[in-house]
Amino acid sequence: MNTFVQRFAGSSASKELLAGNASITEDEDFSDAAWGSEAGFGSLARGVPSFMVPSVPDPASFLRLHTDDHADPSCRIKIQHGTTTLAFRFQGGVIVAVDSRATAGSYVASGTVKKVIEINPYLLGTMAGGAADCQYWETYLGMHCRLHELRNRERISVSAASKYLSNLVYSYKGMGLSMGTMICGWDKTGPAVFYVDSDGTRLKGDLFSVGSGSTFAYGVLDQGYRWDLSDEEAQELGRRSIYAAGHRDAFSGNTCNLYHVKENGWEFIGNYDITTLHYDGPGNVAGSPGHGYGYDLRVEGHSSANPPPAAAPVVAAQA
Amino acid sequence: MSIMEYNGGSVIAMVGKDCVAIASDLRLGNQALSISSNFQKIFPVTDRIYLGLPGLATDVTTLRERFRYRVNMYTIKEEREIEPETFAHLVSSTLYEHRFGQYFIEPVIAGLSKTPSGGVKPFIAATDIIGCLNFAKDFVVAGTASSKLFGVAEGLWEPDLEPEDLFETISQSLLNAVDRDAFSGWGAIVHVITKDKVTTRTLKGRMD
Repeated sequence: MNTFVQRFAGSSASKELLAGNASITEDEDFSDAAWGSEAGFGSLARGVPSFMVPSVPDPASFLRLHTDDHADPSCRIKIQHGTTTLAFRFQGGVIVAVDSRATAGSYVASGTVKKVIEINPYLLGTMAGGAADCQYWETYLGMHCRLHELRNRERISVSAASKYLSNLVYSYKGMGLSMGTMICGWDKTGPAVFYVDSDGTRLKGDLFSVGSGSTFAYGVLDQGYRWDLSDEEAQELGRRSIYAAGHRDAFSGNTCNLYHVKENGWEFIGNYDITTLHYDGPGNVAGSPGHGYGYDLRVEGHSSANPPPAAAPVVAAQA
Repeated sequence: MSIMEYNGGSVIAMVGKDCVAIASDLRLGNQALSISSNFQKIFPVTDRIYLGLPGLATDVTTLRERFRYRVNMYTIKEEREIEPETFAHLVSSTLYEHRFGQYFIEPVIAGLSKTPSGGVKPFIAATDIIGCLNFAKDFVVAGTASSKLFGVAEGLWEPDLEPEDLFETISQSLLNAVDRDAFSGWGAIVHVITKDKVTTRTLKGRMD
């Protein structure tokens, strides 16, 4: 049906479509347009992403005024905030653990959110702040990591990948991007964790926790962390830290997703319900304490209400 | 942030066949930080009336004492126990006395009133923070999870439930509603009031 007359006599829209088809026919039977929103790649299909911005003289200051920024908590556009995510480096690699709750105000919008973004088989990113921002830009980062591999015939370092992301979000500074993420992986230098946020901060470190429940997670993490942790001990520490945050923080909870990055890429360890962890523990897994994490269970027989039998009274020697 | 969400917590009451049930969560929080999983919000007023006080924790304690005082004074003066309807009006006027400096509490009342024939009639009511009475025939809800409680209760409640079935209905309504609310949860307690006894059970709820 692709006749000479049709090609030059159609409406301008169909002409564009046909022209677009023609430019692709060499390697593709279908144009990207045929797949809907550019085959799911959105504006990435043309290489460089482009975004619509508010048509005001200074879009950045307009967005700063109306979108979520920690400078102004009473703004109108709210995005998912409550979260607990953590990642730490140790002898056996990197442990990445996150919760799975999404809240909108006090409403628990979802309890099954995937807050670990699998960028590629050896890079993981965590999600805190704007869910869409993290998902989009970390997927975009994955694309560029692949391009780096093809161009340089070697895997991108975690340092370079995280710097790519931090430079990228910095170029949108003031436009309302909201993300607090940890880029985790294993490269030539060994296990690596970088903290990157939407302010443009990029930090290299051994141990990070991000989100509203991070203080609770840090409490457990700091107490149990050392470099020479065994794999089992490290996984248990990640699980236990997320449990603590899920338990105490109203905006974190539901389940814990645990990942372990090793030399040959990341491995998904498991999904654990926080309430099950509280009452019964993680079950028959490596590093399990064999009982629930809950305070009431741990102090059974040792609390003020139910104290242990008093130690034998010291009888003073009598003359 | 809203003062009603400062400490969190929710209460629900339901009518059954010759019985009523009232239930609440057990959380006490300080905004996002959960402090206690053993904070009572429901108090007995007489053998047949229970009062739920979700809202600001400091006012839970104050109002609890205030109602105890007023019910005791009523009992002494009248030389009889207060009826649920009368108590509801006592709650309402106590709250309206503070019209221009409110207590941040939305009380829920559940009880059995005496009929002239010697039987009992289930009674539930709720008020807003300044005492506007709402007498419902099916169920009443209050607290941070109230919108979620409305949804679940609307779907589960049916007329003339026997005490055991009413217990199941109110428990499932509460447990499922508070799981969708960040400020409620951390365990639950249920009271089922029948003619000759009150059954109180604590429920194992989600702890996150």
